[in-house]
Amino acid sequence: MDFLIESVLKVAVVFGVLLGSVAYTTLLERKFLGRLQVRHGPNRAGPFGLLQPLADGLKFFFKEDIVPANVDKPVFILAPVIALVPAICIVAVIPFGDSVTIFGREVKMHITDMNVAVLYILGLSGIGAYGAMLGGWASNNKYGLIGAMRSGAQTISYELAMGMTLVSIIMMSGSLSLTKIVAGQTFYWNIFFQPVAFVLFIIAGLAEINRTPFDMPEAEAELACGFNIEYSSMKFALFFMAEYAHMISLAAITVCLFLGGWNLPFGWEVPFVPKIFWFIAKVFLLIVFFIWERGTFPRLRYDQIMNLGWKWLMPIAIVNMLVTGVVMTLIG
Amino acid sequence: MLQNFVPVLILFLFAAAFGLGVLLISSLLGPKRPTAAKQATYECGMDVQPDARRPLDVKYYLIAMAFLIFDVEVIFLYPWAVQFKSLGLFGFIEMLVFLFILLVGYAYIWKKGVLEWE
Repeated sequence: MDFLIESVLKVAVVFGVLLGSVAYTTLLERKFLGRLQVRHGPNRAGPFGLLQPLADGLKFFFKEDIVPANVDKPVFILAPVIALVPAICIVAVIPFGDSVTIFGREVKMHITDMNVAVLYILGLSGIGAYGAMLGGWASNNKYGLIGAMRSGAQTISYELAMGMTLVSIIMMSGSLSLTKIVAGQTFYWNIFFQPVAFVLFIIAGLAEINRTPFDMPEAEAELACGFNIEYSSMKFALFFMAEYAHMISLAAITVCLFLGGWNLPFGWEVPFVPKIFWFIAKVFLLIVFFIWERGTFPRLRYDQIMNLGWKWLMPIAIVNMLVTGVVMTLIG
Repeated sequence: MLQNFVPVLILFLFAAAFGLGVLLISSLLGPKRPTAAKQATYECGMDVQPDARRPLDVKYYLIAMAFLIFDVEVIFLYPWAVQFKSLGLFGFIEMLVFLFILLVGYAYIWKKGVLEWE
């Protein structure tokens, strides 16, 4: 019973923090993109536009929810939920920090420590593609359908490269559990040994969550918004939230796999700073990086995206894995 | 063991309840004034050609099949990678044979033009 109560409390806290981060990541993105384009970004709602996410959220509730006449209604309504739920469920396996003691009870800073965490993450990000696919298909709209098909093909292609990249990390840590992978990085982070895998993972991850320069499924200029073209009101907001939740969880997973999770490198310790602070700082910096590259890179053409995934990332990932294997066998 | 998955179920219920809940609330709060023009399929103001459900390029199906094959092979690599240190040189050579077969298939679909998008 204690276990159940603790789990529900943890889930509630993480869920709330995640939703808050999603809301404020949208503001961060709009502000920072604005600055990159030499304008202010939202600055009317509250000081520095800090109430903008709240205003947006309220507005979504009070907007008319248009359901076009010839859509596939049940799928059309469920698709945003199908997009959002896996995006949120990914955070279940992410360890945020060491254990802390609250009211004399040791509480681990993760929702659950799954021994197949990496598989769970890959599986859920695969399911996330269904949201966009079903949404675009159910809209019965040509732009939506093209966006959906592109999204599906792109996601599965890059999931392959991502899965291949992770093999070398798993070889080094000998575990699929994120908690164990982080625990193995107290002294040397994985990025020191696997810089190539890190770059591959970031590229594949950006493509998998459909972010610029891989935002083909949305491609405003040619598809007018892609798979969510027929969506309005709260349904559109759910797609939007799923995208940002994916972005945050990608940053968190990258931190756990490559950047030492809540650890500082070389076993450094700073007194009086809780370890979760380092985790949050790294995730924040990665998100800033994701926004920065969105403001910097132009969008790739679709054939270039598929070429990059299948003809470059895949072979490099395989070679990286082989090199890792040879080196590890040689030094025993 | 199974206990590790209970929190995942709880999180799933939270997320599903949240998603369906906000949809319900917004459908209660938002106005409903449907008109024929509003409910028409959006096509940049042009007349809507009847079928959006047209046959898709065969490329997508080829990519999906190639993905299935290779993803299953990647999943085979995972248990090996977890046990890599204890398997030693013998396990590594065994996996090289497996990878070689995988690469033959990869070279084949490349040469056949499955990966070409014009």
